Amino acid sequence: MVHIKRLQEDGADILAVIGEIDASSSIELDLAIAKSVGEGSKKILVDCSALEYISSAGLGVFMSYIEEFKDKNIHMVLFGMKEKVVNTFQILGLSDLLHISLTKVEAKKLLHELSV
Amino acid sequence: MSYQYNIGCSLENLKGVRDFIRKSLREHVRSDVTLNEIILALDEMCSNLMIHAHHCNPDHHLELTIDVPKKDKVVFEIIDDGEMFDINRYHEPAIDNLVHEKRKGGLGIRLVKSIMDEVQYVRKDGRNVCRLTKIVA
Repeated sequence: MVHIKRLQEDGADILAVIGEIDASSSIELDLAIAKSVGEGSKKILVDCSALEYISSAGLGVFMSYIEEFKDKNIHMVLFGMKEKVVNTFQILGLSDLLHISLTKVEAKKLLHELSV
Repeated sequence: MSYQYNIGCSLENLKGVRDFIRKSLREHVRSDVTLNEIILALDEMCSNLMIHAHHCNPDHHLELTIDVPKKDKVVFEIIDDGEMFDINRYHEPAIDNLVHEKRKGGLGIRLVKSIMDEVQYVRKDGRNVCRLTKIVA
């Protein structure tokens, strides 16, 4: 249902989320982020260009890291969302609590600005 | 036109629910964003029922029906025999509290209330019926 690919580029972890995240698969996203954090990543990019669907279970995973990231000075930027997917974040105003960029270039720039 | 789908209470079956709604409504709902919102709201309602009322027992079933009485209105019914959980009586926690408490739940019901125009509960033939109405432009 969801496949997560991790690659490292320019000092950032890039998590590419492929498929659909719902109540049965959100654990995969949680584990992937936890692994990055556990291995000491301070910069995380989430490539959402192949994310077809996200439900509240997936939104909740992103939300649950906000405080921890503040405490540990970790920065995360999501990018490449389809209109229907970004709309899901916007319905509850979560797009204001997370960093969301249109493109990978913009996401990298924002990540750099947040990290300095 | 109306459509019905019966679902065993396993979270693995949520994808089937989403595919069923997408196929049934493809001709009725033109906007991809609106269709995704509708799918999201039903996914949230079904997963809530599966987890909280049926403890993910795959032998328990939900019946989902979709009715399109008018071209700008879609009515969904979810029928089950579990304990009734009325989301209209549930006061969801503030988003700030969810962030602070690092909670992963609590967003689904908020989404349903934001997306659907009406959420009603009735009892029919001794079963629970949750009726959700969406006006589509």
